[in-house]
Amino acid sequence: MHHDDFQKHEGTLFTRSFFALLALVLLGGYLVTMRFIKGIGAVSGLSDGYPWGIWITYDVATGTAIACGGYAVAILVYIRHNMHYHPMIRSCILTSMFGYALAGLSVIIDCGRPWNVYNFFIPSQWQTNSVLFEVAVCVMSYTVVLIIEFLPAILYSLEKSEWLRLHAFINWLHPSLAPKKETVISHIDKVRRAAGWIRPLLDKVLIFFIVLGITLPTMHQSALGSLLLIASTKLHPLWHTGFLPLLFLINCIYIGYSMAIMESIISSYAFKRPFEVKELSGLAGIIPWLTAIWLTVVVGDLTFRGQLAAAVRFDFYSFFFLLEFALIAGGAIMLFKKGNRLSPRVLFISAVMIVLGGSLYRFNVYLIGYDPGPGWTYFPSLAELGITVSIVAFEILGYQVLVKLVPVLPKLHLHGHGKPIEKYSE
Amino acid sequence: MKRQSRRDFLRAATATGAGILTVAPALASSEIQVNNDDLAMLYDATKCVGCKTCMVACKNANGEDGNQEVEKAKFDKDGLWDTPVDLSGNTRTIIKLHKESDGKYSYVKHSCMHCQKASCVSVCPVGALTKDAETGIVDYDKSICIGCRYCQVACPFNIPKFQWDRAMPQIIKCNFCKRTNLLEKGVPACVEVCPTQAIIFGSRKELLDEARARINQNPGKYVDQIYGEKEVGGTNYLFLSAVPFNKLGFPKLGEEAPAVFSEKIHHTIYKGFIAPIALYTTLCIIALRNMRKQARHEEQSAGKADGGKHQ
Repeated sequence: MHHDDFQKHEGTLFTRSFFALLALVLLGGYLVTMRFIKGIGAVSGLSDGYPWGIWITYDVATGTAIACGGYAVAILVYIRHNMHYHPMIRSCILTSMFGYALAGLSVIIDCGRPWNVYNFFIPSQWQTNSVLFEVAVCVMSYTVVLIIEFLPAILYSLEKSEWLRLHAFINWLHPSLAPKKETVISHIDKVRRAAGWIRPLLDKVLIFFIVLGITLPTMHQSALGSLLLIASTKLHPLWHTGFLPLLFLINCIYIGYSMAIMESIISSYAFKRPFEVKELSGLAGIIPWLTAIWLTVVVGDLTFRGQLAAAVRFDFYSFFFLLEFALIAGGAIMLFKKGNRLSPRVLFISAVMIVLGGSLYRFNVYLIGYDPGPGWTYFPSLAELGITVSIVAFEILGYQVLVKLVPVLPKLHLHGHGKPIEKYSE
Repeated sequence: MKRQSRRDFLRAATATGAGILTVAPALASSEIQVNNDDLAMLYDATKCVGCKTCMVACKNANGEDGNQEVEKAKFDKDGLWDTPVDLSGNTRTIIKLHKESDGKYSYVKHSCMHCQKASCVSVCPVGALTKDAETGIVDYDKSICIGCRYCQVACPFNIPKFQWDRAMPQIIKCNFCKRTNLLEKGVPACVEVCPTQAIIFGSRKELLDEARARINQNPGKYVDQIYGEKEVGGTNYLFLSAVPFNKLGFPKLGEEAPAVFSEKIHHTIYKGFIAPIALYTTLCIIALRNMRKQARHEEQSAGKADGGKHQ
């Protein structure tokens, strides 16, 4: 489907940031090993009072919202039928894929008895009262759907690539280890033909997966809010409301668009490509309306429950509530002005503010506003933070590598300036 | 053009929101059925002498099942005494002392409350925590548990404990000795060994009657409340005390079970899985129509390509 909208980013794989990120990933690997040998308590600040820490709050609840770019842009392209956002979709889906796959990985690290996870696949063990059951099943299926959505890019590369890196690798190997050239070429040929055979078939049914990729996040992003409905005695009344599912759903969409903007500006900057201001300002035009709806629900609900006074009590909870509110409202107000939406700098600043504010909202619900009772405190340990940092490093690393191997980034011919770039393969 | 699409977008967003809102109150509040035939325990703090025999008996009976260890005191390198300071991954039940002055103090026994509508059972994604329909016992099955600890997040009493220092941890909480003492002797270990009958065992109805009789027969002795009778929809572990319950470490809780509230909202959204399927079908229809439109558009622009003008 429209492969000519995308291109590979030409450049060497092994940059300095590649090795820095790799080092972080290896450190994380060591810490995760320690966790499986010595137990969760040995590497984390978690306790019976705070059984969920940053692994759940950041990697799962916030990380998947940040990874909602693919979901939010897919709504625009396939449901709202704004095809001119189509060039952005692959890089958004790629980050979504990493975000979700690694959220799944964090859950496995966080789960005390991961060898029992197979129970999710046994219908007699399904516990449909549990919001977590729904989240788990949706997140697992969505990860698979994202991989399928990304598959065309990989198949395209398998089919059209000249396999230069593989040849270089074989040449680099000692002749006694290297396989025969002819067998390699015949294998490559088989892979090419297989990829060429699957791709058109996949293209035909892909739309059904794409729509599934819109339905599933709608379900589990709202359910991520529902998770804390049960904690009515522990979650501060500023955040505990029956509207949690609705608030989490809208929240992930505006975070998704803001993230798409941030990501595009950062990768334009890092890969020295021109900014995609036209597409970005379009996305930015939607954000303030979504945040307006969200803020209205928040304020309306607080008023209805008689908790408005708690918001301006200027205590610990009120401070974090107001900070969250100010970041989201501040970022959105900037985007109301059309002129601002055309400036990459303002776009970037407001997108960052909204991502931070939206994420803080999730932190407030999962950690900051959560009080299990007197005597309990939580602050993540260094090793616990290390695991989260390494997971983020892995995401960035994977993105960096894949945009150089498969056509992900928007094709540059859509823009007037810059050198026309040749198609990397014909 | 842009303004138009934005309005459409808003309309769609509000429609979704309104959909959720109108469905929400439609489901009438489902009252929980309190079953007073459930097995229950009554702990009378005024009778407890703090000997902790119950704690020893509990660990003897259930320690193996939960892979529980002795909690050593600092001076006790050999682990001769079990000296837990709170419920933990090694301890299902604990006696604590609340002391106001030399003459005024009270012991209190903490363990799983066996709620009528248990939050932990409601949230467990794989059904490792279950409530027995006949006995009302809330039990834990380590062979199913995935260790997600949602039960700990959900429990208003902070009862389920996790073994943080183990490579193969499990959740530890009281199950009325369901697979040990109750099975063998018909009574939980703590009840069996209590020298002062501070803990008694029976049906919830019997014990509620007994507790009320004690309050009525000894005016002024007890706080006029049976803790657990109404809290979070009722618990099968009931308490009498001469000291206000909040001083003994019991949270002040409402009468509605948190699980009723969360299940109401969750089931409203997912009733019969209709909403997700409807959403998927609708989105499929829209997306397919858009695709066809796009194909037609591309054909047209390909046809006009010579003219050189297309959007």
